[in-house]
Amino acid sequence: MADLSTNFIGIRSPNPFWLASAPPTDKEYNVRRAFEAGWGGVVWKTLGQDPAVVNVNGPRYGAIHGAGRRLLGFNNIELITDRSLETNLAEIERVKRDYPDHAVVVSLMVPCEEEAWKAILPRVEATGADGLELNFGCPHGMSERGMGSAVGQVPEYIEMVTRWCKTHSRLPVIVKLTPNITDIRFPARAAKAGGADAVSLINTISSIVSIDLDNFAPQPSIDGKGSHGGYCGPAVKPIALNMTAEIARDPQTAGIPISGIGGVTTWRDAAEFIALGCGTVQVCTAAMTYGFRVVEEMKAGLARWMDEKGYASIEDFRGRAAPNVTDWQYLNLNYVTKARIDQDKCISCGRCHIACEDTSHQAITAMKDGRRHFEVIDEECVGCNLCVEVCPVEDCITMERISGTDPRTGKAIPETYANWTQHPNNPSAAERLQFAPEPVVADAAE
Amino acid sequence: MSHSPQRRSPPDIAAGRVSADGLRANFSDLHPPLTAHEAVVEADRCYFCYDAPCVQACPTGIDIPLFIRQIQTGLPQSAAETIFEANILGGMCARVCPTETLCEEVCVREVAEGKPVKIGELQRHATDRLIETGEHPFERAPETGRRVAVVGAGPAGLSCAHRLAVNGHAVTLFDARDKLGGLNEYGIAAYKATEEFARREVEFVLSIGGIEVRTGTALGRDIHLGDLVRDYDGVFLGLGLGAVNALAAEGADHGESRDAVAWIADLRQTRDLAELPIGRRVVVIGGGMTAIDAAIQAKALGAEEVTIAYRRGQEAMNASAYEQELAQTRGVTIRTNLQPRRVVVEDGSVRAIELERTRLDADGRLAATGEIVTIEADQVFKAIGQAFVPEGCSGGEGEGLALEGGRIRVDASRRTSRAGIWAGGDCVAGGEDLTVTAVEDGKIAANDIHAALSAGQQQAAE
Ligand SMILES: Cc1cc2nc3c(=O)[nH]c(=O)nc-3n(C[C@H](O)[C@H](O)[C@H](O)COP(=O)(O)OP(=O)(O)OC[C@H]3O[C@@H](n4cnc5c(N)ncnc54)[C@H](O)[C@@H]3O)c2cc1C
Ligand SMILES: Cc1cc2nc3c(=O)[nH]c(=O)nc-3n(C[C@H](O)[C@H](O)[C@H](O)COP(=O)(O)O)c2cc1C
Ligand code: SF4
Ligand code: SF4
Ligand code: SF4
Repeated sequence: MADLSTNFIGIRSPNPFWLASAPPTDKEYNVRRAFEAGWGGVVWKTLGQDPAVVNVNGPRYGAIHGAGRRLLGFNNIELITDRSLETNLAEIERVKRDYPDHAVVVSLMVPCEEEAWKAILPRVEATGADGLELNFGCPHGMSERGMGSAVGQVPEYIEMVTRWCKTHSRLPVIVKLTPNITDIRFPARAAKAGGADAVSLINTISSIVSIDLDNFAPQPSIDGKGSHGGYCGPAVKPIALNMTAEIARDPQTAGIPISGIGGVTTWRDAAEFIALGCGTVQVCTAAMTYGFRVVEEMKAGLARWMDEKGYASIEDFRGRAAPNVTDWQYLNLNYVTKARIDQDKCISCGRCHIACEDTSHQAITAMKDGRRHFEVIDEECVGCNLCVEVCPVEDCITMERISGTDPRTGKAIPETYANWTQHPNNPSAAERLQFAPEPVVADAAE
Repeated sequence: MSHSPQRRSPPDIAAGRVSADGLRANFSDLHPPLTAHEAVVEADRCYFCYDAPCVQACPTGIDIPLFIRQIQTGLPQSAAETIFEANILGGMCARVCPTETLCEEVCVREVAEGKPVKIGELQRHATDRLIETGEHPFERAPETGRRVAVVGAGPAGLSCAHRLAVNGHAVTLFDARDKLGGLNEYGIAAYKATEEFARREVEFVLSIGGIEVRTGTALGRDIHLGDLVRDYDGVFLGLGLGAVNALAAEGADHGESRDAVAWIADLRQTRDLAELPIGRRVVVIGGGMTAIDAAIQAKALGAEEVTIAYRRGQEAMNASAYEQELAQTRGVTIRTNLQPRRVVVEDGSVRAIELERTRLDADGRLAATGEIVTIEADQVFKAIGQAFVPEGCSGGEGEGLALEGGRIRVDASRRTSRAGIWAGGDCVAGGEDLTVTAVEDGKIAANDIHAALSAGQQQAAE
């Protein structure tokens, strides 16, 4: 059976599944239950200076649901821990003592002053915790006070604070990045420049999940008012994957250890983050939706998939997908596909037809020989994948690569690779003598 | 006016009433396997409940929300591992459990919408995927050098043997019959376990290794309890119910007035069902699962009129409402408050059965009314319950096993009154006579035997 254990910047854990800094890790009680349930590590709920912050006393969460009230996106206006530093530190120490083989990382957020960091770091170190995570991500409340994403949005601050932590503590430092920024590479580079051992991402995305149309208040509303919160859960995974990939393939940050966060709900989500290079994944919403038990599915599923693929350890497949993330301009324009409908699986709902007919390329029939029948018209199909995504039956419509002549253009499909850099329609292509080769990013860690 | 023989149509018991295609259709899977699409859609309906009611209702405590989530995330084989961990016969249970009175009855979506998650069918989906790979999901612990005798290779014995083998003990599995599986092989309705599933499942269970099989070996005839106790470190009895209750009615011992369980066993072992004779008119006496199965299979073989006659009201029948309905939709007539008086035999053939109408008296007791109802029949099947045969367990050195209500008395760990002997399944008192409860008995006993042997090991080492 596959070995799930990990060594992330020197922090060992029995499996790559960590609970992200959030309510599930706010107390000794929860963390003990989490370890008993099988989680490999925790990032303790963000600690701040005393006196502790206060939370609203009304609803702090909102959500987007799919069919069957499946929770797809989750929004919160919670702040960092609202319990005293003293209490948290004492609990961390006890937990770490009792779970030496599990990862216990402490998340921190104090004002942007060196003294403040200098004061808290030794106290955290004294607990025996394995590492630090700097919360530069919280997009609500704390940012109004010059912390959280207010720091995470200014690369210079990230670098400065990271350096303080590396200077005043011997613990490994993970910088947690906010996605509320235009280009994630800048804060990641700043973290690296400041000496960060790793980055983790994403924290939550500024959001308003809904508006109550009776009293015109954003949800969750507190006495008729609401403020934006942080969005997370399955809905944010694509954003997190992209940002992870951006860091993994940026020549300046490639190879920096990454802890992937954002919408991890199943073993598959975790495998995807790891395939992009993450050494561990962190989970919040899935645990908050289903309880700690979800980790059983994640562990068993990941192990079985690894067994089936012949990967003995996480390192065997970590980062395998990163080199396949490239720029649009390097995609092969001679890769021609057509949609194929499996008539045995088709239930004749017509969704593919109307999607293609109304909004795309009129490439799917609705009728054939006077009967309801859905079939791809190769002469029209551009291979866009829209029908695949709207079809309610999995694997009913698939994409097939074709060769020879493309019935749509009537032209022969070259078997060679060709990209936009030298396409005749590219105004700058004429100046080039040959294709621009796709740059290869060396993994700085290797 | 008395019925004269001439007025009845001639006795008619014949084979080949139904075409080959018809037989195939009639005996096809009761619930055809879910397609991958159906499985995913169904799995999506599960809420992953906390302390789930379905798990509490499963006698083997399968972690249902977890295995359904594993199907949902695309790994039915992982789901199967979750199932087999709690119930190594999860494949058969998925087919034969009366889920409508177990897990699915209490599923929160049954409560909410009257449409439970199809747990049984999802369980089948997952277990089929793993069994068809030919791999075995468990590895044996290192050999302990301890030997355990398991007598009876029905669900109870198989479950016990498997778990003991997993724990590294060497098991000898005895059965009086030629084939293993107990009622899975000889009793379960053919349309519930198609394509030789019982045999394939036995192979799957045995593929753990460490189980030596001795068929055709009967306790009390070829082997004796005293010897087993002497020669082995532990003995488990999963003997099932070897006898049937006798029908106290005149003519009931005629050749065509048959024991339903034996008839079903014949049917299950018949290669070509077109060769199995069946009466044109069949009456089944009883109100349980066996009566239903016998009636449905008689109908499936081409009997024109099949009637279940039960002595109490329909609500008192042991068969679940779902099963009664299944029989009725397949053309079986269920008649209630009729108790058999006489099997009418003329010229050596069964011609009819006379039953007396019953009613409940003021104290709620069954009372006869004196009114006689005659139902014409070419064959009568008796399904009025089975009984334990204690003979094999009473002999040998030392005292016999204590019985309770005619079955072996056991404690919560399935220990019998004699040290070193455990028992489970239908042969023990207080059970529910289901495949799944037999599996659980075997599992509990194996765990206890393992604990006892491990403790012994420690003592020996000290
Ligand atoms: C017709 C019928 C239909 C049923 N349908 C269902 C159903 O749909 N769903 C359900 O959950 N349950 C059903 N049941 C009940 C279920 O089959 C039993 O509860 C279950 O098989 C009990 O398992 P067991 O291991 O205790 O006994 P059995 O399955 O009876 O196995 C006992 C084994 O012990 C062997 N044996 C007996 N005596 C000796 C001896 N002296 N020496 C050696 N070996 C011996 C037998 O050959 C047999 O292999 C049905 C029962 C019948 C009769
Ligand atoms: C209620 C709530 C509180 C959170 N509090 C913190 C926090 O204190 N510190 C922090 O770094 N991240 C915090 N987060 C963000 C999570 O750690 C995580 O980055 C985010 O939820 C994305 O992961 P997910 O999609 O698995 O939920 C919080 C998230 C939620 C939902
Ligand atoms: S989840 Fe618990 S604490 Fe929160 S509102 Fe509901 S009952 Fe109250
Ligand atoms: S969307 Fe899928 S199921 Fe519906 S008609 Fe098209 S191919 Fe068939
Ligand atoms: S009760 Fe129903 S919905 Fe809940 S876990 Fe069990 S199968 Fe799923």
